[in-house]
Amino acid sequence: MAARLELRLNPSRKLEYLVPVFSVLLSLVVCAGLLLATGTNPLVAYGAMLREAFGSSYGFAEVLVKATPLILCGLGVMLAFKMLFWNIGAEGQLHMGAWGATAVVMTGWQGPGWLMIPAMMVAAMAAGALWALIPAYLKVRLNTNEIITTLLLNYVAILWVAHFIYGPWKDPVSFGFPMTQQFPPGAQLPRLADSRVHLGFLVALALVVVVYFVQEKSRWGFEIAVTGGNPRAAEYAGMNAARNVLVVMAISGGLAGLAGMVEVSAIQLKLLKDISPHAAPYGYTAIIIAWLARRNPWGVLLVSILMGALYVGGETVQITMKLPVNIVLIIQALILFFVLGGDILSRYRLVFDRQEAVGGG
Amino acid sequence: MALRGITKRFPGVIANDSVDLELRRGEIHTLLGENGAGKSTLMNVLTGIYRPEAGTIEVWGEPVQLRSPKDAIDLGIGMVHQSFKLVATHTVTENIILGLGRGLAPVDLDKAEKRVGELSRRYGLEVDPAASVWQLSIGEQQRVEILKILYRGARILLLDEPTAVLTPQEADELFVTLRAMREKGHSIVFISHKLDEVMAISDRVTVLRGGRNVGTVEAAGTSPQQLSNLMVGREIRFTRFPRRDELGELVLEVEGVSATNSRGLPALTDVSFTVKAGEILGFAGVAGNGQEELAQVVTGLIQPDRGAVRVNQRPMQGASARKFIDAGVSYVPADRHGVATVGDMSLSNNSVLRRYREAEFGSGPFLNFTAATIYARELIKQYDIKTPGARTPVRQLSGGNLQKVILAREMTTRHRLLVVMSATRGLDVGATEFVRQALNEHRHQGGAIVLISEDLEELLSLSDRIAVLFHGRIMGIVDAADAEIETLGLMMAGRPLSEVGA
Repeated sequence: MAARLELRLNPSRKLEYLVPVFSVLLSLVVCAGLLLATGTNPLVAYGAMLREAFGSSYGFAEVLVKATPLILCGLGVMLAFKMLFWNIGAEGQLHMGAWGATAVVMTGWQGPGWLMIPAMMVAAMAAGALWALIPAYLKVRLNTNEIITTLLLNYVAILWVAHFIYGPWKDPVSFGFPMTQQFPPGAQLPRLADSRVHLGFLVALALVVVVYFVQEKSRWGFEIAVTGGNPRAAEYAGMNAARNVLVVMAISGGLAGLAGMVEVSAIQLKLLKDISPHAAPYGYTAIIIAWLARRNPWGVLLVSILMGALYVGGETVQITMKLPVNIVLIIQALILFFVLGGDILSRYRLVFDRQEAVGGG
Repeated sequence: MALRGITKRFPGVIANDSVDLELRRGEIHTLLGENGAGKSTLMNVLTGIYRPEAGTIEVWGEPVQLRSPKDAIDLGIGMVHQSFKLVATHTVTENIILGLGRGLAPVDLDKAEKRVGELSRRYGLEVDPAASVWQLSIGEQQRVEILKILYRGARILLLDEPTAVLTPQEADELFVTLRAMREKGHSIVFISHKLDEVMAISDRVTVLRGGRNVGTVEAAGTSPQQLSNLMVGREIRFTRFPRRDELGELVLEVEGVSATNSRGLPALTDVSFTVKAGEILGFAGVAGNGQEELAQVVTGLIQPDRGAVRVNQRPMQGASARKFIDAGVSYVPADRHGVATVGDMSLSNNSVLRRYREAEFGSGPFLNFTAATIYARELIKQYDIKTPGARTPVRQLSGGNLQKVILAREMTTRHRLLVVMSATRGLDVGATEFVRQALNEHRHQGGAIVLISEDLEELLSLSDRIAVLFHGRIMGIVDAADAEIETLGLMMAGRPLSEVGA
């Protein structure tokens, strides 16, 4: 008996949305098995994670804090995926954005104070966009594989930031820690109410709406969808694929760059090494988010908040139950694994052939 | 090998209608026929991919059952497809032995490499067994494909349009190899559209038309003209659509255009013609003689290397496809799934695929999807498109209904020029008739149409004039009313109109 995959003629719409839901549930089940194997009651652990993330106003504020860079990176990655440009480089673009924002601070801002934050945002988006344009340009001109170039440029960007915080921008009184001085108050994003939630979250929310209209309602969004659906049809319809790749990647990198800016300006208040959580960097989590969100901006918002909760819950069980924070990474990886598998099964049907008797027919 | 009475039906079509074919030992036998004549189906029957409904296959005098490609290989039948099936990052030898291993038994690469080297020398198929496939030219990759089937012990080789992807030199080298194989007793089935090649290489030629074998002839005793007559058929019956008495102003002017194809080979040479409002200019020719590139040049999808294209008397030098659309050029490409539509998108989105920037479908940067849906519903009614609804992905439509969607979209009266390629290929009788009626009406509403087709019946029934393409050149343009099929056949085989002397 042999198994093979057969294309489904009418892939179900419902399945498209059920796959992410079941993937999340399945990954929690598998992870529960792992927790059991280490002698932890998974229900207790999950309960603690849930309570922390959604049970207290402090916890939920933290969820939104984590969700902010995820929304921004997720939107960027989603736009690129929409036209089948596999941008795996949000992490590098985020780092370049953080660097660009910091550059405004470090070079001594001379303009009016109220303009400093907008200037940092613009610098961050420009830095992220330029960084994303490198692989985009290479793709358009030389047809390089963007998965490789965007991925490898992440390491370059992280080392670029390291160069500045170990070298020219290092705080002289940091006792040798690689970080800049704390940003002046004028370079810090205002916080909302009494929480750590900051203006960046509102900006991210606004951008969800903007991206929704651009992607789903505009002529240009239609071009992106056609290019992603059938590049040859896009050419036939008179769309300029090369220019669209450049524009989409500039936006994608700009959004990730903005994520870097909000992290340094609202959370870290300085440029330092781990602007993105070491265990599960935002730029990579964004890939999972874009995939789970079914390339839908509202989906990005929803999934980012869930992922934010996973981060917060993971930190909690690390502190209270001494579980490794890598549990976050394991659950994320399992989710992606199940979504990819589920996507294949929703487009194909698994068929078992019984070998025909020889001589028949 | 002998095939007797092979019949293969698909829903709505008989692809092979009791076809007989005999292949002798040490023979190069060409299969000739238009697209859709049933050549590929026959090859797929021979390689065990399709099972025929009727008919028998004998190999070496023994009746056999081909149930799978493996059965065919075991009997020594191997096929080289038009598109190669090679792994670019693997070496030549690795590609050749791919799939031959049994279970987990280790592979002796050195031994395999030696055998590949031997085979390559014996048949003059020069290629380095240790080279990676991505480093090879197209011609070399083809040699790897041939070596692959020789390695598996093939005595009967099926080559599907092997020269379509080759430069003339590479084609010559291939012919040397094929003759060497013939000397060694191999039998070869060669599929081609190019009559001069067919004459040069074949021992015998079998012509398929409409799924039937219409004749097997000795190459030595035939001529390109006879072959092209067999291909298109002498007894074409058709009803002529009424033409317009008065033609309008010039809509399309093409002057001295030369262009290269995607592989950098010359595809069009010094092509000139004009089309007026209310006129249908047909383009006849055997497939692969520059039709695709002609359609692309007059729709802005490729730029000519030389010459000028004018639409509505405006020069279009350097204009993008978008500029051509804006200038009023519609295009119905031959490839409905691969080029003309986005399969996963709804019918309504596809109905504005080339019109999404028009004021009717939105304002400013925004696209009005409601307007698109209303428009799509109109088209569905007007063209009687069978679909569950305007939001259905077009992937789910049948070929005829998909073509209706494309035609409906492209036949906007606002566009003066309509370029149509292989408009009815693969459609059933009803859909074909519908498409032809629609094209005729479009002409009478003042549209100028460039009608590229391999179907002479279609060209004769619709066109005002017919141009014949051969090797990227126009052999002549004749009035369709008094065009003789013999004359067209001669021109399709490469004789200019002046020599034919109509």
